[in-house]
Amino acid sequence: MKSYLTPAILIALLATVAPGVSQQRATIEDGPKVADLNYRAVPGFFKVPRGMQFGETQGIATNSKGHVFVYFRDPQTRMWEFDQNGNFVKEIGKGYYGFLYAHSMRIDRHDNIWAVDEGTNIVTKFDPTGTKVLLVIGTRPPVADGISTAGAPTTPDENYLLCRPADVAFDLDDNIFVADGYCNNRVVKYDKNGKFLAKIGKRATGTGVGEFNLPHGLQVDKAGNVYVADRGNARHVVLDNNLNWKAAYTQYGSAWSNCISTEGPKQYLFMTNSNPNGNPPGSWAITGQIYKAELDGTVIGKFGKAGKLEPNFQVVHMMDCRNPNVIFVGEIESWRAQKFVLQSTTTAAAPAAGAR
Amino acid sequence: MKKFALCLLAATTLAGTAALAQGELNYTTADVVKFPRTIYAGEVAGVATNSKGHIFVFQRAGNPWIALGGSRIFTHGGDQLLQFDQNGTFVREIGKANYAATVANSVRVDARDNIWAVDRTSGMVIKFAPDGSRILMLLGRKPESINVTIAGGGGAGRGAAPAEGAAPAAPRGAAAAAPAPTAGRGGPPGAGSQADTFSGSSDVAWDAQGNIFVSDGWGANNRVAKFTPDGVFVKSFGQTGSDNQSLNSPRSLAVDAVGNVYVADHNNNRVQVLDNNLNYVRSITGVGAPWAVCISPGATQYLYVSNSNTPDNLEAAGEIYKMQLNGSVVGRFGKAGKGPREFGTVNQMDCRQANTLYTAEAGAWRVQKVTLR
Repeated sequence: MKSYLTPAILIALLATVAPGVSQQRATIEDGPKVADLNYRAVPGFFKVPRGMQFGETQGIATNSKGHVFVYFRDPQTRMWEFDQNGNFVKEIGKGYYGFLYAHSMRIDRHDNIWAVDEGTNIVTKFDPTGTKVLLVIGTRPPVADGISTAGAPTTPDENYLLCRPADVAFDLDDNIFVADGYCNNRVVKYDKNGKFLAKIGKRATGTGVGEFNLPHGLQVDKAGNVYVADRGNARHVVLDNNLNWKAAYTQYGSAWSNCISTEGPKQYLFMTNSNPNGNPPGSWAITGQIYKAELDGTVIGKFGKAGKLEPNFQVVHMMDCRNPNVIFVGEIESWRAQKFVLQSTTTAAAPAAGAR
Repeated sequence: MKKFALCLLAATTLAGTAALAQGELNYTTADVVKFPRTIYAGEVAGVATNSKGHIFVFQRAGNPWIALGGSRIFTHGGDQLLQFDQNGTFVREIGKANYAATVANSVRVDARDNIWAVDRTSGMVIKFAPDGSRILMLLGRKPESINVTIAGGGGAGRGAAPAEGAAPAAPRGAAAAAPAPTAGRGGPPGAGSQADTFSGSSDVAWDAQGNIFVSDGWGANNRVAKFTPDGVFVKSFGQTGSDNQSLNSPRSLAVDAVGNVYVADHNNNRVQVLDNNLNYVRSITGVGAPWAVCISPGATQYLYVSNSNTPDNLEAAGEIYKMQLNGSVVGRFGKAGKGPREFGTVNQMDCRQANTLYTAEAGAWRVQKVTLR
């Protein structure tokens, strides 16, 4: 059983300018031993305003009413709200100082809307209507401070300054967790008012315990455990609520992002083995699928595959799985957001898998 | 009113290289595209027609700009893809202000009337549905950060491509902290990556099976890449150089009915002919420095090649050649300039009909309809 985990180095990636990080690896797994979950796409769900289109879809999230929010890179980074039927409702954050280069968005249990922008290095909490800024974490360097054109990180490893942050998550006490991301390689915990509490990781990338190489996706379960998609290391790390290291799941591929469901009697962990940017030959054969697992890392099944045309996945950057049977994905290279209905599963038939 | 040049019509049968006995073809030009009052002409990079005769114009417009991020800068631009009907009346703008829009370079319409736009600085090829309402497929990915060279003119990383006078902002700079995304791991210079990562995508074409060919020649790469209709990379041809396996600034390409690929190999002063599997077949020379090519449909196909002038020189080049596919010249017409019957830096051409061309003129900021008599 355990032999179904076979990590393999994939072709080097043709990532864009990303200092100190890369999507250099994906892991391959012995496909037939992981159940294929039935799923269907809901084509044309999102009715974008006439004559417009998404850009690079970085963030996607639903609120308790079923509204879907999409956060994407465009000439002006934008956030659009759709209702539960995919009808366009409104744009959020137009002209906002904290929107420059979208990376992630999540919605907390109070329906507040959170955006993580890696261009301004700002994490923003909007109210549920998206019209009021309630809290920001980080500081946008003022223009007068100059700008590096070399692509090098300029922000020091300080508690209240972020450097290309990647994701945000919350526990049931409303503490805030930030994956601070492309240059600081750490996870930071703040209280609900944005006061620093703890952090793990160090600026230099690392592969060991307590180290990250681009913490890229972040979720917290109802017990307060923190799940980090450690993309550069192709592993999913589990921390306790105080950011102490607990485990790492290494068998789920490229670890671009993660999602923990919140509706229903138990929570599930979704992890995307996104295909690498640039689509090097052969990469689609061993990447692309999304895994569904128990919180302890036991695999339940997988669905989807890489490809440029719908309903395939083209570099999934974020998933929403509020309802574990309704999955929304945002994809970078297709400029898409897609909705999928997934078969519900029980855990009885799931094979055992090792959490390390 | 109009003085027509003498029509010599010397249908030469010289194969391989074009000889000097080139007749001046009889032709007229007309401005047929009527811009709406709210849209100005810009640098017209591409023009194409669909099966209904609608005209698609892809131009550089607005003001390319950079935004200052915390750690990086972000470059955006103002491409406009405009649709006009067969009478030149404006219909709509397609893909308005999309994320790839940086420096337009080509638009083409495939056999099913899908509209393909090629942006060279973002390195992206966008396939729009025939009505332009949605994106069906993307090739390439815009670099997250594109460095800007402050000094005027070209800039690091532009490869061998000569400076083009009015290129706005953001040449592809080699990033200091990471290898240029298109540098191609371990491959020869200009070969690029074996994938859909473009350095300066210039044009797109298809064979009868719907396979996709992209020329990648405005940046560091000098190659042509082939993809399946679903966008799966198949193969690429070329690296920087002048031998028969190399290219130097491929700026345009076209595919004939049997699937051969004709590449405007600008800096090598030739059209490179490749077979459908991107194997070298032959070179066509004697037509200046080919900048734009198109191939007309029908039982007898013609290859048009523009020896476009650079925008800073109206005294040389500018003529367009009409050729048989074997490279023999039927005739030539036109010269550099911005007046009627002249051509101002033809960046791409459309020739859906054998004797009707549309020229996208990046130097004259206009589209002309050319009718050969």
